[in-house]
Amino acid sequence: MVTVMELYQLLPKTNCKICGESTCMAFAVALLGRKRNISDCTPLLEGNFKKQKEKLEVLLLPSAGAEETGMIVHPELCTGCGNCVVACPVDVANDPRGAAIGCAPTNDKVIFKVVDGKVMASNIKECRRFGKNRVLCYACIDPCPTGAIEFV
Amino acid sequence: MATCPGCALLCDDIDVIVENNRIKETRNACRRGAARMKGCFNRLAPSIAQKPVDIESAIRKAAEILKVAKSPMLFGFSNSTCEAQVKGIQLAKKLGAIIDDTSSFCQGLLIETIFQEKFRTCMLEDVRNKADVLVYWGSDAQDSEPRHLSRFSYFPRGESRQRGYEEDRIAVAIDVRESNTAKICKGHFYRIQPKGDREFILALTDALSGKVPAYEPKKILELAAILKKAEFGVIFAGIGLTYSIKEDMEILVALADKLSNFHIMPMVGHYNMRGFNENLFKETGFVNRVKFEGKAVQHSPAEVLDTPSRGVTLVHDDKYSIVEALRNESIDALLVAGSDPLSSLPRSLVRHLASIPVICIDPCVTMTSKITAVTIPCAVSGVESGGTAVRMDGKKIELSKIIESDYPTDEELLTRLMEAL
Repeated sequence: MVTVMELYQLLPKTNCKICGESTCMAFAVALLGRKRNISDCTPLLEGNFKKQKEKLEVLLLPSAGAEETGMIVHPELCTGCGNCVVACPVDVANDPRGAAIGCAPTNDKVIFKVVDGKVMASNIKECRRFGKNRVLCYACIDPCPTGAIEFV
Repeated sequence: MATCPGCALLCDDIDVIVENNRIKETRNACRRGAARMKGCFNRLAPSIAQKPVDIESAIRKAAEILKVAKSPMLFGFSNSTCEAQVKGIQLAKKLGAIIDDTSSFCQGLLIETIFQEKFRTCMLEDVRNKADVLVYWGSDAQDSEPRHLSRFSYFPRGESRQRGYEEDRIAVAIDVRESNTAKICKGHFYRIQPKGDREFILALTDALSGKVPAYEPKKILELAAILKKAEFGVIFAGIGLTYSIKEDMEILVALADKLSNFHIMPMVGHYNMRGFNENLFKETGFVNRVKFEGKAVQHSPAEVLDTPSRGVTLVHDDKYSIVEALRNESIDALLVAGSDPLSSLPRSLVRHLASIPVICIDPCVTMTSKITAVTIPCAVSGVESGGTAVRMDGKKIELSKIIESDYPTDEELLTRLMEAL
């Protein structure tokens, strides 16, 4: 996963404040959090920074398809083991007689489902990383040995 | 709900969406199961000497080959239903043939030890509800039986383990490499040298007896402390462990005796390998490598047993395993049902397959089917035909028929083959 420092190194680092952020580091943080776009940094669009801009686009490409919580599921890495389905605390709370005990989900309130051998996320608003009172939950990433789920 | 014939977990909570008599979508099945249930891309066609024929002619030709053969062998059956396996055993009896399955180079030894009741074992439901210490030894369950950890062992909440993996369960991995299962076990991964299982077991037995182990004392004592505290422990013995100590299974029995709260479960790959072992054990008292000779039954390694009640003699010998039979070139015809020896056995051994007539019963084109004298296609069991299979813990599970198929089941084919004989 890309880091703030990696993004910062590619920015003009002039702290020009044109974008509205106080520093280029603050802009990098906003960029990573998908609150800002590369195009908000006008000096970057000028000729001198063409290569940096292209590199930034490549770095930020994986997060383009992310859910509102920043979740990305890589279907090519998923083995469909269902560890995330059973480990997710929201699935456990919403489906105590299904997903919580390792069985197939019995209702549609769960976040993770395995379809055609690959995991799919739905009900993303239920995720603990969603909304105002979000928490930095890692329950679905930790049990995935292949790294098929990540948050950006 | 359907049952998945992808591996020996036989998950019976699968939802399928069928469209135009094809499985369009599977839900809850892992990638391995989904691929198996969606069927094969390359369907096998009936043929004689690689020339297309109808199924009836293929069966007649197969019967001819088996009738002429002096020392025929029947191999496979780990991907067949129990009903087909029983027919296979009957066919071997009728022919006076050798019968063996993939367990002779897999978990057969361990399963035989379990049938002899030398180990305590348990059901997977008990693991879910009660187990607190899980040891994956020489087994990468996460990749081989993908839903093992999520459905039964580590992640789910059970009756006595309400807090699941977060607080109530400890998973330990003992392996030669950091497998995907070991990655989940994190702080409790013990790396051993290849073939180092024996040394590790002896050190662990010492530590459990209160002695200081000679091998990596700090780590072994730490593991022994975890095992001693277990209320309900399970050792999931993989093929890595079985291969490593196959000459000396007694040391594992001794370790199991020291761990009074522990159960041992063989990690089986093929969906009904344990079923074949059970069926053959019921019939002959052995789990694999059996030769029927007239009224006598021989089994490897050379062990003669009299069973007067059945009026047969049983001989037990390693030469009746597929590996030895091919190495010694002692067979002159081979019937392969639901297996692919050409891709799973070493090249030096399979060379003999080119010089003998091979009959292949399989739903899909395999490497073996490409060199065989006769190919007979069958329905995909668990998808196009129902039946019974035995899960890795010994529980019988019903397989359901999901879609219609014109192909005969392997049970039907073996019955027709017997009639043709």
